[in-house]
Amino acid sequence: MMEKNILLGHGSGGKLSNELIKNLFVKHFANPILSQQTDSAILAIDHQNITLTTDSYVVDPIFFPGGNIGKLAVCGTVNDLAVSGATPMYLSASFIIEEGFSISDLEQIVISMASEAKNAGVKIVTGDTKVVNRGQCDKVFINTSGVGVIDQKFLPISTGSRISVGDAVIINGTIADHGMTIMAARNFGSFKTNILSDCACLNHLIKEILTEGCDVKFMRDATRGGIGTVLSELASQNGIGIEIDESKVPVNKAVKGICELLGFDPFYVANEGKVVVVVDSKSAAKAIDIMKKNPLGKDAAIIGEVIDTHQGKAILKTSIGGKRIIDTLAGEQLPRIC
Amino acid sequence: MKYIDEFRDKQIVELLVEKISLIATREMAFMEVCGGHTWAIQKFGIPSLLPKTIKLLSGPGCPVCVTSKSYIDQAVAYSRLPDTIITTFGDLIRVPGSTSSLNVEKSRGADVRIVYSILDALQIARSNPTKKVIFLGIGFETTAPPTAAGIINAAKENLKNFFVFSAHKIMPPAMEALIDEGVTINGYIAPGHVSVITGTSIYEDLPKKFRVGCVISGFEPVDMLQSIYMLAKQIMENRFEVEIQYKRAVTPQGNIKAQEAMREVFALRNDWWRGFGILNNSGLCINEKYADYDAERMIPVEVEETKEEKGCICGEILKGLKNPSQCKLFGKVCTSSNPVGACMVSHEGACNAYFRFSK
Repeated sequence: MMEKNILLGHGSGGKLSNELIKNLFVKHFANPILSQQTDSAILAIDHQNITLTTDSYVVDPIFFPGGNIGKLAVCGTVNDLAVSGATPMYLSASFIIEEGFSISDLEQIVISMASEAKNAGVKIVTGDTKVVNRGQCDKVFINTSGVGVIDQKFLPISTGSRISVGDAVIINGTIADHGMTIMAARNFGSFKTNILSDCACLNHLIKEILTEGCDVKFMRDATRGGIGTVLSELASQNGIGIEIDESKVPVNKAVKGICELLGFDPFYVANEGKVVVVVDSKSAAKAIDIMKKNPLGKDAAIIGEVIDTHQGKAILKTSIGGKRIIDTLAGEQLPRIC
Repeated sequence: MKYIDEFRDKQIVELLVEKISLIATREMAFMEVCGGHTWAIQKFGIPSLLPKTIKLLSGPGCPVCVTSKSYIDQAVAYSRLPDTIITTFGDLIRVPGSTSSLNVEKSRGADVRIVYSILDALQIARSNPTKKVIFLGIGFETTAPPTAAGIINAAKENLKNFFVFSAHKIMPPAMEALIDEGVTINGYIAPGHVSVITGTSIYEDLPKKFRVGCVISGFEPVDMLQSIYMLAKQIMENRFEVEIQYKRAVTPQGNIKAQEAMREVFALRNDWWRGFGILNNSGLCINEKYADYDAERMIPVEVEETKEEKGCICGEILKGLKNPSQCKLFGKVCTSSNPVGACMVSHEGACNAYFRFSK
């Protein structure tokens, strides 16, 4: 059943978003590439596989501990390319700016975009600027699109079609940092926390595990909807069972504390520098070793495995040894986090 | 994390599960009254650890779930008034009314704001002196004292634009009504946070009148399992009494100041509960003295006729007579993204917890 009006939950990355995408966008734009619904579209052009992705950023506040809307706009798009197994190469950057917005704030945002692009090894090669009346957008919204190239052998990564029983599920570090940082920045003006957004480009980390010969079968960056939504969707889309061991999933102490206090489940809180990787069990230890050498993977951990029961479902072995299902996020847990 | 990790200790959990399995040699059913307990039981996968002899039933303790549809309809009507800001706990905004919800009204332009405490609502009232700010007061003895304190503060400050729409309720009438209606249970896992406020006296009649066990429980897995053990022990020893498991927070006399604040501001009234209908002296309305802060008295509004959903068995689920999987709508028409009944909306609702964790 479709709602009559757009709700904030339609932008959550969870169930409502999926319904909107399926019942509106995919329905009317129908084509075989779009219906794959992968992080980036894979386009075969002149015997080359090109990947294309796009994302808009509306985070509030625009400056937050660990980053800003510009850094996020580069990292998010670079990551969508990288998790498909592609090498990100070029970005576009479009700005929708509210009349009256500070030019020095804008410059700070642009400088961090330039610096993040340089670190990631991508070039921002085209863009657009629009200014709207005061009140018609909130400070600044940014859209970035990205193009990359992908090696034929990495094509199955974005759908996870090669996943089989026994494969290991890995995360490159602590979960829920970004979402709770934004939450704290919005709500705890007087309450000091030391948590930082994990906002980062993961393409170098991903390249290291791919080129060192780890048998990577699937990757997805766990942004809106958190790792819970990624795992649940992965299980249902591929008809596989996944079992996650809650005690193995790294969560920063302060983040855990704020989650407990406010009733958030870290599994459904957004990340901006975390990738869920499914690798062949033989490659798991090697992948962890490689990740741990990179600062963006220092807390990497094997958090679960693909099992031969519970087809279509992700199961959580809870910290006390009980078992339950991991579902996708319904509605919005927190709006405008990216 | 202190006060959390100790109560999620796997070894202690295993020990308790073993003790429960040894003692519970015949079948027994316990009801967790509080929605927070329902959530914890499902979140930690506690049913998968218990012996087959123990059956857990979810009770009427999710504030959102027992709130009447007519309350939502009236809140929706308030949200459509000009120059009005609705402040509410997050759960309530997705609860479907007869034809709309606060979430839908928000998307149509109503000013509906989620707050974590009535103090936030008071602040919104201070910052928006030209608007009427209505706080939706729902919940049991846990959330009623802060609402009372908020109203007392508003009166002290002489805030003229702050109002409370109260659907606050108290727990004992529902716990009695359940047994009166023939729900077969051997013991109550009694709500911990309600008891922090009320102390133990509100439950004293239950074991005497109905021969059921009653253990006031905390919310972590070790708390819950210890409470189940204590209840099982009572049943096996044919002993029915009120015991406190949640000793780090609950005292027999409760929080006297909070009780005083409630008495200062509220009066008892007969109230409608989803699943039960009207229960005598079970609701808290704002008394004469604080009438200026009562949205119902001060803000007249036309409310649409309330229509109940056909086929929804929230009522029976709230009484523990049925479980969510016995509902024809569950998981098909009624899902967490498109809830039909209130039990599917709140994360404390039995249907939502079952849907998310064990469907």
